[in-house]
Amino acid sequence: MLLVAPLVLYMIVLYALPVVTMLLRSFNDPTWSLVHYRELMDDSVFFNTLVNTLYTAFIVTLGTLVLGYPVAVALVRAKKWAPLIIVIILLPFWTSVLVRSYAWMVLLGRHGLINEALMAAGLIDRPLRILNTALAVYIGMIHILLPYMILPIANALRQIDPSLARAASGLGSPPWRTFLQVTLPLSIPGVAAGGLLVFVLSLGFYITPAMLGGPRDITLSMLIANQVDQLNWAYAACLSGVLLATALVIIAACRRLPGIGNAFKMSAR
Amino acid sequence: MKSILPSSVVGLILIFLAFPIIVVAAVSFSSANYLTFPPPALSLKWYRVYFGAENWLNPTWLSLWVAAAVVVLSTLLGTLAALGIARLPRPLRILVSGLILSPLIVPVIVVAIGVYYAFSRYGLVGKPIALVLAHTSLAVPFVVTSVTATLAGIDPRLEQAALSLGATPRGTFFQITLPLIQPGVIVGALFAFITSFDELIVSLFLSGQGAVTLPRRMWEDLRYAIDPTIAAVSTLTIVLTAVLLGAAHWLRKRSEQNRTLVTSSAP
Amino acid sequence: MAPGVRDTVSSTGSGASVSLAGLEKSYERVGAVNGVSLDIRSGEFLTLLGPSGSGKTTTLMMIAGFEQPTKGDIAIDGTSVVAMPPHKRNIGMVFQNYALFPHLTVAENIGFPLKQRGVAKAERAKLVGEALELVHLPGYGGRYPRQLSGGQQQRVALARAIVFKPRLLLMDEPLGALDKQLRENLQLEMRRLHADLGITFIYVTHDQEEALTMSDRIAVMNEGLVSQVGSPEDLYDRPCNRFVAGFIGESNFLPATVKGLEGDIVIAECQGAVIRATCPSRPSSGSTVTLTTRPERLRFADTLNGSAQSMNRMAVTVTEAVFAGERCRYMLKAADGTMIVLKEPSSAAIRRRTVGEHAEIAWSVADTILV
Repeated sequence: MLLVAPLVLYMIVLYALPVVTMLLRSFNDPTWSLVHYRELMDDSVFFNTLVNTLYTAFIVTLGTLVLGYPVAVALVRAKKWAPLIIVIILLPFWTSVLVRSYAWMVLLGRHGLINEALMAAGLIDRPLRILNTALAVYIGMIHILLPYMILPIANALRQIDPSLARAASGLGSPPWRTFLQVTLPLSIPGVAAGGLLVFVLSLGFYITPAMLGGPRDITLSMLIANQVDQLNWAYAACLSGVLLATALVIIAACRRLPGIGNAFKMSAR
Repeated sequence: MKSILPSSVVGLILIFLAFPIIVVAAVSFSSANYLTFPPPALSLKWYRVYFGAENWLNPTWLSLWVAAAVVVLSTLLGTLAALGIARLPRPLRILVSGLILSPLIVPVIVVAIGVYYAFSRYGLVGKPIALVLAHTSLAVPFVVTSVTATLAGIDPRLEQAALSLGATPRGTFFQITLPLIQPGVIVGALFAFITSFDELIVSLFLSGQGAVTLPRRMWEDLRYAIDPTIAAVSTLTIVLTAVLLGAAHWLRKRSEQNRTLVTSSAP
Repeated sequence: MAPGVRDTVSSTGSGASVSLAGLEKSYERVGAVNGVSLDIRSGEFLTLLGPSGSGKTTTLMMIAGFEQPTKGDIAIDGTSVVAMPPHKRNIGMVFQNYALFPHLTVAENIGFPLKQRGVAKAERAKLVGEALELVHLPGYGGRYPRQLSGGQQQRVALARAIVFKPRLLLMDEPLGALDKQLRENLQLEMRRLHADLGITFIYVTHDQEEALTMSDRIAVMNEGLVSQVGSPEDLYDRPCNRFVAGFIGESNFLPATVKGLEGDIVIAECQGAVIRATCPSRPSSGSTVTLTTRPERLRFADTLNGSAQSMNRMAVTVTEAVFAGERCRYMLKAADGTMIVLKEPSSAAIRRRTVGEHAEIAWSVADTILV
């Protein structure tokens, strides 16, 4: 009891209270009412931003799943190469979002590596516009969030008894069918955990879309920051409330899925 | 299995993961004045620019100091809490761990403007202390999860054994429990350091003019001129991270080795 | 400071006596204790034997002080220790899986209790060295537990539990994780250690063979209660209830009806035969009872050369015959279909029975117990 008290006190005073007080601005500015939330209803800027944020999160989740699943399978199966794969997954994982987003600016820019390579190969005459588009945001975010998908899936795969797959092939099942009927269903908890993690983390992204996206690729986080800069506190608080509620509702809805309990313990950073 | 998962596909995805970081490192050694790849010639000039510029070095020192303070504060508070949480009655335990772990899922922007809103009333914006206080909230969940996981792996009979051998509860804590959770504490501290050192969103609001951190400085630079100095800085932070991770790995390996060194000569 | 810590290892103190009075521990999970009373004599090797969930480990944990009794008293040498925290009880304990401190060397592990008692460094080193000698591990002090085999870890745990000369040693399934060969060696070693040290041992196990081999007395526990306390011979030859008869060794159970008493002997009717049995209680005539016998004490009557006259006898049919090297094992069917197991020492001179054969079996009255 006494051991927990200092941290609980710290978190209440320096974290929970500030956030709650700020969120209250959406209800009590200038008097208690839901007027700010009601105004959101016919606010097209807000609506477009919300849709864009959710859509981006969806694309990124899908992208990390498609790219992450094979890597997770390889990681679990690899013997000799496993340490190298781990390093390749963890080094970007531990590198800051800012640095990784910057790396994609270098790669995707007008004179970036991708364009130079494509032009050198004679595939295009003029540089493609990739940077400052939604595509750049997706690429950057998928790159940043990929480890969050790989690690839970690899965890789930590792827990599958290898004798199951052997038994299946022993019974005459071809590899692809063994995979579809044994491995894939048993790895679903990992996919669910990774998917939830990536989706929820995507919702709060700010730096990557701000650096890689174009003028129209605004996320809720960016809109919030923008409103605070204009000292539009009630509106910013309102948007924060919506963003937080969206994340919490999605987590609550997925709570009963298998494997979710561990998802956020795994969210290493 | 091999037939349905060609290793070339996995190889391409791994290249996708590793390539951007390699490119940043390569660009930092470029002699060109603008971003281009591959570099026309190799040069250390951007590192020279970085190490010669006060407006790069000062934010670096500030970030290191803030991160160090966050490590001390969050490791202390987080370790104590991790030890205490297991002993709480169940409903209270869920509530407390919910509070402590919530920064993992609450979008950082919400935390950032929350503390900005509160701290600005007390004139804390632009002071390093504000960054330390806010970053600690973000770093604490990593310490708590890391220590809790280590603690859960410890056989409760070890503590019982110590008591049965005459150690007081206090002596048991210092002689048995604390040394056993040490790896978890170190890993948690490492997480805390990197969390603070890399943190940008909270810093954007709390740095003001007086407490510009390295990520904040990089962010500003990116808005005006993208010259390869920032690639040099990025490379240095990647190296720092890799060194810290390697050190933690080495520390653990070494302590394990100490314990298994004689095995080869054992019968 | 513990009494006698500064003595040398060779001078042994006498063991503590332990008295459990109406001990209870209520639990929602398994392992509750529902009223255990037991007097453990000074210097005795007493085993708490029972299936898992019978409350034997909970009883041990209450003696050690890691569990607080809901009701009842624990006295060591006549003094109640219920209110005393575990670290002040001065009881040695060997845990399941040994609970060696992984971050300390063998010598530091064994020296741990001495350090807690403020024993000076030089003295500590000497006592640790002696303890290592005692468990046949001299020179292993510098290693870490993970560098030792299971048997060696077990002996380090033992050395650590006795180095500070407790007068009482508790052991919770200490051999459970070892293979059979090693277990048997260590059983002998522990008996020797018990004889050398002269202190009281309380040993918990679910392995009846281990209990029979090592103990002075065994307390058989079932569902939180002591079913029977006695020497190994007592429990094997004279189980006082069906649980003990079934848990220790193998037993045949035969339903019977009491016909009368003849001194200490009960006369009963069973499968149409008149059977005499020894009985601690005095059942009334006409009551339905269960007789028990051990498979290895049954014989085929025609192998006994007429000495079967004074014995209990019964007609059976052989339904299964298995040769198992040192003995033959037969499944026999009595008149009403009750199955009986008979184990016969194998000999080339004895004719082997075939399935379907009719036979008569015989066994002595002393080996027939009414439970």
